[in-house]
Amino acid sequence: MNIPADLKYAKSHEWARLADDGLVTVGITDHAQEALGDIVFLELPEVGRKVKAGEECAVVESVKAASDIYAPIAGEVVAVNQAAADAPESVNQDAYAAWLFKLKPDNAADLDKLLDAAAYAKVAAEE
Amino acid sequence: MAKQTPLYATHLRLGGKLVDFAGWDMPLHYGSQVEEHHLVRRDAGMFDVSHMLALDLEGAGAHDLLHKLIANNVDKLTVPGRALYSCMLNPQGGVIDDLIVYFFRPDFYRVVVNAGTADKDLAWIVQHAGDVAVKPRRDLAMIAVQGPNARAKTWAALPGAEAASSALKPFHAAWFGDALIARTGYTGEDGFELMIPAERAEATWDALLAAGVKPAGLGARDTLRLEAGMALYGQDMDEQVSPLEAGLAWTVDLAAPRDFIGKSVLAGRRPDKQTLGLLLEGRGVLRAHQKVFTAQGEGEITSGTFSPTMSRSIALARLPAGVAVGDTVEVEIRDKRLKATVVKPPFVRNGKVLV
Repeated sequence: MNIPADLKYAKSHEWARLADDGLVTVGITDHAQEALGDIVFLELPEVGRKVKAGEECAVVESVKAASDIYAPIAGEVVAVNQAAADAPESVNQDAYAAWLFKLKPDNAADLDKLLDAAAYAKVAAEE
Repeated sequence: MAKQTPLYATHLRLGGKLVDFAGWDMPLHYGSQVEEHHLVRRDAGMFDVSHMLALDLEGAGAHDLLHKLIANNVDKLTVPGRALYSCMLNPQGGVIDDLIVYFFRPDFYRVVVNAGTADKDLAWIVQHAGDVAVKPRRDLAMIAVQGPNARAKTWAALPGAEAASSALKPFHAAWFGDALIARTGYTGEDGFELMIPAERAEATWDALLAAGVKPAGLGARDTLRLEAGMALYGQDMDEQVSPLEAGLAWTVDLAAPRDFIGKSVLAGRRPDKQTLGLLLEGRGVLRAHQKVFTAQGEGEITSGTFSPTMSRSIALARLPAGVAVGDTVEVEIRDKRLKATVVKPPFVRNGKVLV
């Protein structure tokens, strides 16, 4: 299972990465893309939307099913990955490169409440 | 504990992702559902369909039994090996199951029914069978080889298959030793369905694999059948839906004087619903149970998916009578209403987009 050690994770299978500019990039994990199968559509949030931690803010649809994506932490959506929306299969190809949206966190320390790679590996293995 | 087909170990060996389907452990895909879909449209793929049940009906009354039990007319079957698609109806005109019946002799037919309905179908048929022997053939495995190159690759894989089946027209079957080889399928492509003794299933599968036929799972089977405009039991029709509302009027023979279960209800009714295809105009994915808003009232999607061949979303939908091909309707997807165009299925046949 591909779970990069430098990312933070939500139980609902999103990853989050804090960059030097203070923004948090969010995507779905390799485990999640594998479970969903061939991804064919991404519905991304509006830029400017404020989200709470755990709030539904995007949808990833595979041939098989639609899956809600939750904001891992609270913040404001400041960017979405239009390139991924135009080529949804890129999420299958590399779930950690094909990010979905970027958040300006209300409080960057909220990231500490998320799982580290080892804890997420346990969650994924139990499914 | 889910049931396993004779090819269960083969699916595991090939890396199949197994899921429960109608109580059976079946492969959803072997890596990519979309790639398997394209393989069947462009080359050849094979499906384990051994979860479906073959029933042999033997005895002098077999013809009369099918006359009574199914809505299509077995009198159309005059050549041995000829196959017929039909619904089996309840007295209210609802669909108990859809099935294929193969004719061999007036006292010998084979019926292939869905896995999820097999037990109730068997009970229903036995209840009406009288002196006709009804023999479930769980000793058989079924492999569907489908795609433009399916027949040639089957012939290359199985010695003797070409001689047994090269003259078969679509919807005809022939004996091939103790196996049956039928030019039928559920994908909208040419190909065969093979019914073989279970103990030879793996060797047959491996011979096909060696001849370049790739395994495909139930996921691709569903997108292929939906593109081909073929109904799925339990989704596009069930016991509460008549075949006339399900887009299956072409399988119902109301003209002949014979009576069949459900006929009186269908004959006296003008359906107020119809089943047609939808093409989503924008991006998104149509799914079963989404609401459809038309000028004539509300309808519902019965099967929806993303079409790998067309790279857009398609659906079968139950719509009010009066909605016409070419109309624009709206589908409710989450909190939005998206435009879709009404089309006449099938969407794709023999590799070509038709809508």
